[in-house]
Amino acid sequence: MSATIQSGERTHDAARVNPRLKQASKTGKSLLAHVILLTGCIFFVAPLLFMLSTSLKAMRQITRFPPEWIPDPVIWANYPAVFTYAPMHLYFFNTMIIVLPTVIGATLVSSLTAYAFARLRAPGKNAMFVLVLATLMLPSVVTLVPTYVLFAKIGWVGTFLPLTIPPLAGSAFYIFLLRQFFMTIPRELEDAALIDGCSRFRIYYNIVLPLAKPVLATVTIFAFMNAWNDYLGPLIYLGNKNQYTLSLGLQAFVQYQRSEWGLLMAASTMMIVPVIFIFFVAQKSFVQGITLTGLKG
Amino acid sequence: MTASTYSKSAPWYQTLRGREAISFYLFILPWIIGFIVFTLGPIIASLGLSFTDYDIMLPPAFVGVDNYREMAADPLVYTSLYNTVYIVIFAVPLGMITAFGLALLLNQKVSFMAGYRTAYFIPSIVPAVASAALWLYLLQPQWGLVNAFLESFGLPGPGWLSSEVWSKPAIILILIWGTGGTMIIYLAGLQDIPLSLYEAAEIDGANDWNKFWRVTLPLMTPVIFFTLVLGIIGTFQIFAQIFVLTDGMGGPQNSTLVYVMYLYRNAFNFFRMGYASAMAWILFVLILILTWVQFRFASRWVYYESESADS
Repeated sequence: MSATIQSGERTHDAARVNPRLKQASKTGKSLLAHVILLTGCIFFVAPLLFMLSTSLKAMRQITRFPPEWIPDPVIWANYPAVFTYAPMHLYFFNTMIIVLPTVIGATLVSSLTAYAFARLRAPGKNAMFVLVLATLMLPSVVTLVPTYVLFAKIGWVGTFLPLTIPPLAGSAFYIFLLRQFFMTIPRELEDAALIDGCSRFRIYYNIVLPLAKPVLATVTIFAFMNAWNDYLGPLIYLGNKNQYTLSLGLQAFVQYQRSEWGLLMAASTMMIVPVIFIFFVAQKSFVQGITLTGLKG
Repeated sequence: MTASTYSKSAPWYQTLRGREAISFYLFILPWIIGFIVFTLGPIIASLGLSFTDYDIMLPPAFVGVDNYREMAADPLVYTSLYNTVYIVIFAVPLGMITAFGLALLLNQKVSFMAGYRTAYFIPSIVPAVASAALWLYLLQPQWGLVNAFLESFGLPGPGWLSSEVWSKPAIILILIWGTGGTMIIYLAGLQDIPLSLYEAAEIDGANDWNKFWRVTLPLMTPVIFFTLVLGIIGTFQIFAQIFVLTDGMGGPQNSTLVYVMYLYRNAFNFFRMGYASAMAWILFVLILILTWVQFRFASRWVYYESESADS
């Protein structure tokens, strides 16, 4: 039997869609997918693991080449040592001063605005919503200089106020996200309350907000992350070292303790771990938020 | 008095409609105030300031279009614009392609899907400053992990952040590392595609390749478009990572001096608020044009289901 016939037979076999063959190609495919996905993991996961590993290494092991993955011996001293250069607990507290109003603005103020856009009818409403969408795409750099001038003129530069007051007005991104969710709540729930003479605010507060808990969780996480990660804002407005947020503190660390890699990786780990912790606690809200804004737009 | 005459004589704000409108504006009042004070006001003010010389101390002095004229002759404006465009041109598409590829792989029925998804997503939530600190370490030319990895394949590791040629690729690499958010968006998009479409394609004899080109890709174009528009707007404003990586210098030899960094330098190191405002407006107009062009050409390649339903 010649090779051509053999291969011809095989094609014939495949054409009949032999279930076992189909099964085999499926396993092959998923095996290939695993190989690619695992290879990809090297790029996406290894940096973080190596950061963690370095944060537990002694200096003489860090400078070894080629790099070693397992800390030997495991040194915890880098973590407390970070505090001698940078009061991370103070930076954490300062960061929370900014996180809190951002979260309030995102959940309470933005949701009130979002509810109005989702439910109430008023002349000029569509034009207003176009403005919300426009700010969503507005590069924030455009407002940077005049906003700074404004805060400088009223003596707010060097205080937390430029970072804590503006978020209290709500933000376009959260308004948009919450409105998308409110639109999916059936109107009938509110109609009954409306007929009973319930005020719009009470409907929002007592009926809609409790229903929106999952999306409020999402918004809270986004707001937390934004405030936690913000760099340019604190850089411009906070001058005093005692006011530093974690972002500024870590940046100062990079600048002045650049070669103390064990300490730097320990400090970085301390800034990243809370974010990852929140991700694991609220994974669903995370993913939902991203998809809600990404798709229904 | 009948109800109708009452409603006729009642002022508008006592009618049901009127009261609803008042509630609406009361509800959105905090946002309106914030919008006027922190968005609209500053936009107008920044246009005004761009025609002045202003250092915050002395009152602004009107100089006409001098700032714009100076910008046109400022080599660092071109350098920073070039660096920014370079990063945008590579980082945005490469990030999107990586995210799309990963999403396609994860959309198959692979085991440990949740684990993979988490692994790929987490870098995208790492704070910019922390990611800069981490990559500064990994990209050390002599003994960094990245070059050690390359060396194990016999490849010579470049100087990365200390090399004029490799500094921008290094930034692009860091940005691609954080593409997990886009991947999640694509994954959700893929899962929204009705299975019946694939079944129908299969009945018509489509293979995997056909299914990808004729079903998956067209239905994903709205999502791809959305991530493209926002990706370009976001990457044009890249600042934090590079500022931390280069101690605010944009080095070596200005090879990572991006536009917003140069704007920052003019505003907050040189206190040239007028010049910085002009720079901000040029960036604003550039992004506006780019976004407009994308929307303009969207109908050529972005597929909307409602359109096909009509035809």
